[in-house]
Amino acid sequence: MTKTKHKNNWKAWLYLLPALIILAVFTVWPIINTIRIAFLCRWDNELETVVGYDYQAAMIGKEFVLGFNNFTSVVQNDQFLTCLGNTMLLTVLTVPVSTMLALLIAVALNSIKPLRKIFQTIFFLPYVTNSIAIGMVFAAMFGMIGIMPGREPISIGIINTIIEAFGGTRINWIDQGSSYWANIMVMFIYIVWNALPFKILVLLGGLQGVNKQYYDAAKVDGASRWRTFWRITVPLLSPMIAYVVITGFIGGFKEYSSIVGIFGDDMGPVGKEGALNTMVGFIYEFIDHNQGKASAAALILFAIIFAVTMINLYVSKKKVHY
Amino acid sequence: MKVVLEHLTKIFPSRDKKEGGEVIAVNDFNLEIPDGKLIGLLGPSGCGKSTTLFMISGLQAPSGGKIYFGEDDVTELSPENRGIGLVFQNYALYPHMTVRQNILFPLQNLKGENKLTKEEMLKRADEAARLVQIGEYMNRKPSELSGGQQQRVAIARALVKMPRVLLLDEPLSNLDARLRLQTREEIRRIQRDTKITTIFVTHDQEEAMSISDFIVVMKLGVIMQTGKPQWVYDDPANLFVAKFLGTPPINVFTGRVEAEKLYIGEECVLDVKGAADQEVFVGIRPEGFILSKEGRMSCAVSGIDVMGRDISVVSSNPASVNTVIRSIISADEMGNISGSTAKFDLKPHKVFLFNKETEERVRFGEQIAAHEKMVAEMKAEGQFYSTHEGPLPREQDDKVREEKPAEEKKGVFAKVKGLFKKKPAQPAPSEEEGAEENTDTEGKKNA
Repeated sequence: MTKTKHKNNWKAWLYLLPALIILAVFTVWPIINTIRIAFLCRWDNELETVVGYDYQAAMIGKEFVLGFNNFTSVVQNDQFLTCLGNTMLLTVLTVPVSTMLALLIAVALNSIKPLRKIFQTIFFLPYVTNSIAIGMVFAAMFGMIGIMPGREPISIGIINTIIEAFGGTRINWIDQGSSYWANIMVMFIYIVWNALPFKILVLLGGLQGVNKQYYDAAKVDGASRWRTFWRITVPLLSPMIAYVVITGFIGGFKEYSSIVGIFGDDMGPVGKEGALNTMVGFIYEFIDHNQGKASAAALILFAIIFAVTMINLYVSKKKVHY
Repeated sequence: MKVVLEHLTKIFPSRDKKEGGEVIAVNDFNLEIPDGKLIGLLGPSGCGKSTTLFMISGLQAPSGGKIYFGEDDVTELSPENRGIGLVFQNYALYPHMTVRQNILFPLQNLKGENKLTKEEMLKRADEAARLVQIGEYMNRKPSELSGGQQQRVAIARALVKMPRVLLLDEPLSNLDARLRLQTREEIRRIQRDTKITTIFVTHDQEEAMSISDFIVVMKLGVIMQTGKPQWVYDDPANLFVAKFLGTPPINVFTGRVEAEKLYIGEECVLDVKGAADQEVFVGIRPEGFILSKEGRMSCAVSGIDVMGRDISVVSSNPASVNTVIRSIISADEMGNISGSTAKFDLKPHKVFLFNKETEERVRFGEQIAAHEKMVAEMKAEGQFYSTHEGPLPREQDDKVREEKPAEEKKGVFAKVKGLFKKKPAQPAPSEEEGAEENTDTEGKKNA
């Protein structure tokens, strides 16, 4: 008995081997190596300062020692707080709003019969579209061209056209001289819109699994629509809501390509490069010349995501009805 | 609260547009349910009993007809404004709420002048819980309760608003046999204690007979017969009702009446005074047989089930519609079976004749007087009694097929449908269901 069991085990490992090798090489080792590199630094004689690990220096035989220097220099970097602040702000703004909107849209979609498939497709489109491409379209929608020295810029972006049609004054959303909050506003709209499809999909799936009889029972019990939504729908959907909130936070902290989509890799409007940089963008800045610092920043980001997820799980344990 | 249903009709549009033919789930349903009684709506699957219940609850809108609670016309009212309590077949307890929260939920939804204070709500919830004896489980979630306990919570939730009418949809179908017995007594007790007019739906005739004040037997959306359970059992108005009530089910034979004598096969088995000459179906209750060496009806015995006090003789007869005949006799008479043939005499009040064409009851001898007495008694008590009048409904599938000659095209589909039809709706009257189908199709072939 034990012998056959052992044999089966051996075979099972054999079948798993290709996947395990790929995982080891492309996932496990990079993680371990990131942690290792994050703690490596050396004294540079020419710069007369401590510098982080970089593989070009490693290749020409420079010696590295263990230390926390990478972490301290990341935290002391001028850009670090901006990046962390932008990341936090965008996450905290977009996750609750996109979750609420997704919930409302999912409930609405679930309660209509005709045209449901069409609406579902429309809401799902952003999910299958390249986010850089969407970013460029957003940039065009919010953008202005025709900036000439000494003259008012001429806006052709459709958003400003609409605002002007309704009698408002146009806003410089993303171009040179635009304000930080205008930029954040654009990012907010873009990220919420981009995050909706996945959330709608998950919540709609959850809604379709809810027994219709609960709604009949609630009707007999005299619950208003609003109460039914809060007392029946939301609790019954709470596992799905918890899921989209947690993945939403994780996704929010990894925000990067949306900024690139709109502002390009300057990470900010012309003249204020880097003003909208995020943690991932911060990591990418160091990735080709100072892998030590990049790794340290990545670990800091990981620690933040880990902590926030733990808080999420702790809260959901109390509020979610499985 | 008296409940009156007037010409209540529910028509479901056909799902398949090409197929055509809408489904009439409930057809011109007229019923007056007296105040404070327990009524069982009884019928095979798909007879429209649940639809009727949901129309009374307001969850489904009738296609026609009126519903009155007392003098109020509630046809257009939404469920929460009707003052009903509804217990769903699978209870539909809110899984994320505790028992107490479940029971409180209907009270928390009250608005305006009916609004209660927190203390009042808790008091009412505790009272309801005590009534159904679940007080000790108030802080549990439904998933932590047994089926029977969940059932009681569902009843408590339905009762806590003090409804005018309590509706139960197949309340016992999700319970095991022992709990079912216990719970049906419980429902009876709760109904007696609260005196709330209660309507419950079931396909289990035993369940309906045991606890109802009145039963309503339905077939294909039409009332077949209403009345006190025992009376309906003793005096069925047509073959369907006779077959649907009773376990073991009634034995059906083909026979004929000639010169006030009843013949089954070639044997003259009973004198039937007052019955005209005609071809008939003969229904004989299992307890209607008397084993006797000189018995007038002979059957080939194929087995004997000993059940302690009684024995059940399983036999066959060429004129029998069902494959086996079951007769229940006292164990003392067992000695009267000699060899492979059992000879029976029949108890006249356990033998029912039905016209072969209409399947309507043909009464004879003392049955005529007994029936008249029963009807008079019911009328004197102010109780309702009704039977189906006019041609009895046939299986709707047959109707659709008769209208559609292009049946061969969808041969496979029709076959599948046929399979579904033959599938017995419930265990008890399964043999008859099959037999009925056979007679139906035979009748069609002849036509």
